[in-house]
Amino acid sequence: MTSPGFAKYAWVVAALPIASAGLTLFFGKRTPGRGWIYGVLTVGAGFVLSLLVLWHFVQGGGVYASSVDWFRVGPLRFEIGQYVDGLTAVMLIVVTTVSLCVHVYSIGYMHGDQRFTWFYVVLSIFTFAMLTVVVSDNLFQLLVGWEIMGICSYLLIGHWWEEHVNSSAAIKAFITTKTGDVPFLFGIFVLVVATGTTNIHQIGELVGAGDLSRGVVSAAALLLFGGAIGKSAQFPLHVWLPDAMQGPTPVSALIHAATMVAAGVYLVGRLFEVFVHADPWVLQVVGIVGGITALGAALLGLVQDDIKRVLAYSTISQLAYMVSLMSAGPAGRNAAFFHLFTHAFFKALLFLGSGAVIHAVHSNNMSEMGGLRKPMPITFWTFVIGSAALAGIPPLAGFWSKDELLASASKGHEVVFVVLLLTALVTAFYTTRMVMLTFFGEYRGHGHPHEAPASMTGPLVALAAGTVGVGFLGASFAHAVFFKWVFFEEPEAIRFVPWVAALSTGAALLGVLVGVAVYGRARERDPMLAMGPFTTLLVRKYFMDDLYMKGIVLPVRDKVSAFVYWTNQNVLDGIVNGAARLARWFSRGVNGFDRTVVDGAVNGVAQTAGFTGGLLRYLQSGNVQRYAALLFAGVVVLAVIFTRV
Amino acid sequence: MIRLPLVLFFSAVLFSAGVYGVLARRNAVLVLMSIELMLNAVNVNLIAFSQALHDLTGQAFALFVIAVAAAEVGIGLAIVILIYRNRETINIDEVNLLKW
Repeated sequence: MTSPGFAKYAWVVAALPIASAGLTLFFGKRTPGRGWIYGVLTVGAGFVLSLLVLWHFVQGGGVYASSVDWFRVGPLRFEIGQYVDGLTAVMLIVVTTVSLCVHVYSIGYMHGDQRFTWFYVVLSIFTFAMLTVVVSDNLFQLLVGWEIMGICSYLLIGHWWEEHVNSSAAIKAFITTKTGDVPFLFGIFVLVVATGTTNIHQIGELVGAGDLSRGVVSAAALLLFGGAIGKSAQFPLHVWLPDAMQGPTPVSALIHAATMVAAGVYLVGRLFEVFVHADPWVLQVVGIVGGITALGAALLGLVQDDIKRVLAYSTISQLAYMVSLMSAGPAGRNAAFFHLFTHAFFKALLFLGSGAVIHAVHSNNMSEMGGLRKPMPITFWTFVIGSAALAGIPPLAGFWSKDELLASASKGHEVVFVVLLLTALVTAFYTTRMVMLTFFGEYRGHGHPHEAPASMTGPLVALAAGTVGVGFLGASFAHAVFFKWVFFEEPEAIRFVPWVAALSTGAALLGVLVGVAVYGRARERDPMLAMGPFTTLLVRKYFMDDLYMKGIVLPVRDKVSAFVYWTNQNVLDGIVNGAARLARWFSRGVNGFDRTVVDGAVNGVAQTAGFTGGLLRYLQSGNVQRYAALLFAGVVVLAVIFTRV
Repeated sequence: MIRLPLVLFFSAVLFSAGVYGVLARRNAVLVLMSIELMLNAVNVNLIAFSQALHDLTGQAFALFVIAVAAAEVGIGLAIVILIYRNRETINIDEVNLLKW
């Protein structure tokens, strides 16, 4: 094992943004530019440090782990620690890159926003939380970061909370992901109770050694997957992600496309040992959920008018790619992580590009866009690069990772393979539709759109360069270096499978060609919206929102709320009122006691003293001779007493 | 040589006369004089016992008593004079301010 080098400073990458959050919170409003500088500088420093950490693994360095005690509960030790391997390094790169781009981009996008500084505070806290999850070496710390991300997501979706739809979306996102967090929490309990440690690596070893019963491992895996479903917006908890697009677009890029939603996938991959050693049907469940989500969400992307919702569904669909490939074992896991890596680049690029468009036309709807390729050339070209990567056109990043996914699925997971191939076709089609509706044809909106400022186009160009470049890290002719960093148990040789590549490229090109053919000329009505019941099904999102509303939300709201209200009015208020009444009754008793017994005693003493004094005062006559007489009498008495003794 | 019981009897008579004077007289000067009588009765006693017991302590003590008596009478007369100046009487029955 080589010296840890910069790997031991991975925790600093995570610590930097929280420092930035503090600085921005306390000094942001007094800083020129209202405080973006702290976030940009610290996240930029974090990015550089991440590169150095990765360099350690490029040189073939080994895993580095360290931790300090946090607190103890009985026999359980809770630690704060870091576990740095190639996967951690890659994730650090992803998070800091996207976060840096978003921090810079938001300078322009959020310019003049009334809560500009607060926005940067939450962005930094979010970055901190995601990095905490990534470097964490134990489940407890991971959970803390996980939940902080949930809070930040809630805060940022509802950033413009003055509009009811935004705050509703924030609540929906929070509650939906929380629904997944409950099983996640219980999954952690199961693992911690079964293994007696919170350390992820130790849990992996114990599970790998076969010390735990299969049932326990399977239960833990399923419960953990519940958390991943919530966070990564997989069926049936995917409904929050499209609504989360109500937040500012940079947030969508950072949280709801590139990083936070990837945390679910990361969790499954990080605890992959648990999934591998569970019953085989657990991984099948993972594959089925991923498959349903991949195709289902891609189809929903066909009918959206809101450009960000198209991207949201494509995000769900792409995340489902990764999830479904987890079911294909270690090779699938590594391919999924490669896709996570490339996807972060091009999805962040697409979101930021859509943000630039929205910034220009002041609308999210593609029906009010069109023809933007002339006024916004930089946005157009970067967006096209991102779209092509999403569609899987070689030689862009998306092609290599998708190819890797399909290649690993082709070995024994034919159903997943077919579903993913179909999804690739649909993806290419709706991506083309989005590009055509946005950038080609006639402008259908109001005003004169103009190119975004440099602070926004800069990140676009940077991410576009990344989108072009990072794919080669996993290309077999470039020795597939990515898979030398990220592997499960043993590095595997990556083989380029020509027929898979041909098939996926074919599907992508077919999708693009159909898209161009359909949307190449202006139409009165979007063909996607003229397919009768099929369109209805998609526009109503498979009726899932209606189902949740009528099946869960309304009953809960009407019945449970009524019950809670009744309980509150009668039981809780009754208890409170009863306590008050009891207190009054008791006080009255105490009052009476105080007035009669205590005061009586005090007054009685005084009155007795007064009465006695009144009697005794007659002795005090002022007549000196009487005093003298009494004195002599006393002397006589004493004399008698003493002489008799 | 006079016998001790006789002297003691004389002393007791003298003391009783003093007590009577203190308790019965209204004139403040007479009360003071009666006090002197009582003190001198004590002196007689002291000297008598000194003689009888051949111990000079009693005589020395008597000298102290005479000194104290002189001082006491000095202050007492001064008080009486002040009372007379303020109230134009030295009747003790009328000087009874020290009461409830």
